[in-house]
Amino acid sequence: MPDSEAREMSFVGASRGLPSGLPGIWGTALATLIVLLMLAALMWIVAVNAFGWFWPARISEFILENGSVRIGEVVGREPIPSTESGIDAAGHRIQLKTGNRELTRADFLWVDEAEIVEESQPGDLVRVVRTEYGDAFGRIEGAFREDGTEVDTNSPQALEALLETGEEWRRERRRLEEARDDLRRPLTRLEERLDLLERSTRAKSPEGEQEIAELAEAVSAEAERLAPRLDALLHDLDEYSRRLMDSRIVLVSGADEIEVPLANVIEVVWSNKLGFSSRVLHAAREGVLFLFSEPREANTEGGIFPALFGTVLLVLLMSVAVVPLGVVTAVYMAEYARPGLPLRLANQAVNNLAGVPSIVFGMFGLAFFVYQVGGSVDKTFFSDKLPTPTFGTGGVLWASLTLALLTVPVVVVATREGLMAVPTSWRDGSLALGATRWQTLRQIILPAAMPGILTGLILAVSRAAGEVAPLMLTGAVKLAPSLPVDATAPFLHLQRKFMHLGFHIYDISMQSPNVEAAKPMAFATTLVLLLLVILLNLTAIVIRRRLRRAYQGQVV
Amino acid sequence: MEFSGNEMMVNDQPNVFRNPLDPKNATKGRAEEATTDIALESDGLHLFYGETHALKGIDLEMPARQITALIGPSGCGKSTYLRCFNRMNDMIEGVRVEGKVVVEGMDVHRPDVDLERLRKRVGMVFQKSNPFPMSIRENISYGPRMTGIRGRGRLDELVERSLRQADLWEEVRDRLDNSALDLSGGQQQRLCIARTLANEPDILLLDEPASALDPISTAKIEETLFQLKEAYTIVIVTHNLQQAARIADRTAFFMLGELVEVGDTTTMFTKPAKAITEEYITGRFG
Repeated sequence: MPDSEAREMSFVGASRGLPSGLPGIWGTALATLIVLLMLAALMWIVAVNAFGWFWPARISEFILENGSVRIGEVVGREPIPSTESGIDAAGHRIQLKTGNRELTRADFLWVDEAEIVEESQPGDLVRVVRTEYGDAFGRIEGAFREDGTEVDTNSPQALEALLETGEEWRRERRRLEEARDDLRRPLTRLEERLDLLERSTRAKSPEGEQEIAELAEAVSAEAERLAPRLDALLHDLDEYSRRLMDSRIVLVSGADEIEVPLANVIEVVWSNKLGFSSRVLHAAREGVLFLFSEPREANTEGGIFPALFGTVLLVLLMSVAVVPLGVVTAVYMAEYARPGLPLRLANQAVNNLAGVPSIVFGMFGLAFFVYQVGGSVDKTFFSDKLPTPTFGTGGVLWASLTLALLTVPVVVVATREGLMAVPTSWRDGSLALGATRWQTLRQIILPAAMPGILTGLILAVSRAAGEVAPLMLTGAVKLAPSLPVDATAPFLHLQRKFMHLGFHIYDISMQSPNVEAAKPMAFATTLVLLLLVILLNLTAIVIRRRLRRAYQGQVV
Repeated sequence: MEFSGNEMMVNDQPNVFRNPLDPKNATKGRAEEATTDIALESDGLHLFYGETHALKGIDLEMPARQITALIGPSGCGKSTYLRCFNRMNDMIEGVRVEGKVVVEGMDVHRPDVDLERLRKRVGMVFQKSNPFPMSIRENISYGPRMTGIRGRGRLDELVERSLRQADLWEEVRDRLDNSALDLSGGQQQRLCIARTLANEPDILLLDEPASALDPISTAKIEETLFQLKEAYTIVIVTHNLQQAARIADRTAFFMLGELVEVGDTTTMFTKPAKAITEEYITGRFG
């Protein structure tokens, strides 16, 4: 049978080179690998830079050829850029974070390695974290109590005691300030009302003048009533402020000398003396402080709490707005609308809406929510405060509504998919049992579509948490004077401007007066934003899995 | 959905139906009525899916408290016919019905028909068991709850009685609050029967209820149906001719959207009037 033999030969025998599909498969695997590597690199760069900031670096002291001394943390090292003729200049240089901003006007300094005579990391070097001018580096050469008596700087206990006293006074001062504000609050309110009235159009009318006179009287009466207690408080406050300014430590860094009053000292760190475990502890505490304290010094120092809070609040408000809107839309489109051209157009519109650049939504939010809606709200409810806008300016409410609009297509699409995936047999079963369509929707279809709805919410949250452009137009600011949530009624102040992690990153890395110093902080903020998005996603995924479990076991 | 037909026989009997489970009603006049009472009836029923003519003038009467089996090759319109009686075809886009469908003397296409009450009275069990993703208890009480019955005691009573009727009570009494989806296929189908019974219907429509089940589960369902016949009018669509022969009092043979023949099951299976019926029953096609 030569015929069948020939046929057999055609698919049996030594293969000719590679199987035809293999390079293609390798190509796809390679592409996947590259993508994964890029993602890993992204996480790695952000994490390393961020953690490096919290980790207490060693403080070095360099003695240079010309006899001058430089003290600071080594931040980086690079070849000296050749100035002319392309010939390599000699060796490398070191970037040193020297702090002491008020003297050098910069936090960083370059030191040629060639000029270094001696390098050491003595244990008595300190980093002083301050409320003003950023960090200070040096050696504590002197310390004074509030009465001018000197503290023995060679005795750690004595120094420690002084710093602790300072800490205590600072706490006491903060407490007194709060007490003063609380005490003054009724008076402040009256003054605000008076101020508004004087600027309003009614001020010129006879009734207005009458009212102003009455209010002014009430203000002075209230001031008189509060005066004794307020004076006592202010006296105490002055006393603490004086003590905090008078007691001080003196830092010496090379030829420079810096006096730091205890009022400005947040923390003194003997970085070179720390062991590994205390370093970890220190880093952890820095991390917590970073998350939960306010920014200082034009956002180049301190923490990011307002931005973190603003982001979370924004995302929550957005979710509250986007879920009902998106789900109701999807229910109509999937369950009630008749198939046909209008529905197809609506579907297409929703899909395309997801691709509109976010800044366009920002413009819409500004034009519609802020000016149109907010303006009307002000005219109707806050006319006594005009021309100062209340809702007629960017605020957390308008920003979250803008984001809700931006993310609604995602929720609609996911919910629609979820609704379509509900088995028809459940629908039929419910209707055949005498349930109405509405009951079927509420009792059977929506619960079964819940995983789809949550998928939509996850995608919406991920997108919204990272969105910056529309927020810049609708209320995100560099520094918000107060959080949108506080202890005064009505507790949630939707009209307030807010801070946002994404905008904060942009601000500290591009708009900062001290970009170099703020760079690690930008990475730390990025890491927080990344972790926040992951955390929000994980929460939703866990909930979704719980729900899905309820639907397992369905026999198909 | 459009409806047009002859001037219907208007029956103004109020929408009050006897409870078949009530012994007073169950015994009264059973002997005389059994053969004369017509529970379901269709008169010149045509149904179109868009351009497709799916049912071509079906005239059929189904007596109360009997099992009527609808048999015929796939696509012959049996299931579609069944779904006319609780108007489940309304759900399908582009369906048009002509002719009359009468349930216990009431035309189901009258404009004042309360669809939810009709479906409560005419229960339906589907080919694929479709328990909801809820507990067994919630599944059974779903229908009553949707029609406004409240109260844990009342509902529990309904749950137990329905499960007993569907012969499932002993198997699930200890796990009423477990997910219904954890039951076996046969149990799920009996759960669906129980769920329908919880609505206290008069009529049960079953669309190939045992086609996806093993022989033992099938036997259990048949046993259940046999017991239910005492109180309910049952219409069952089946592909299984033996099943029709075993449980049905009357059998109707459908083909290509037409009713070919209807009669006593015994007659149909031994001396069918038409040659094509005999060919189908003896397995020469189908």
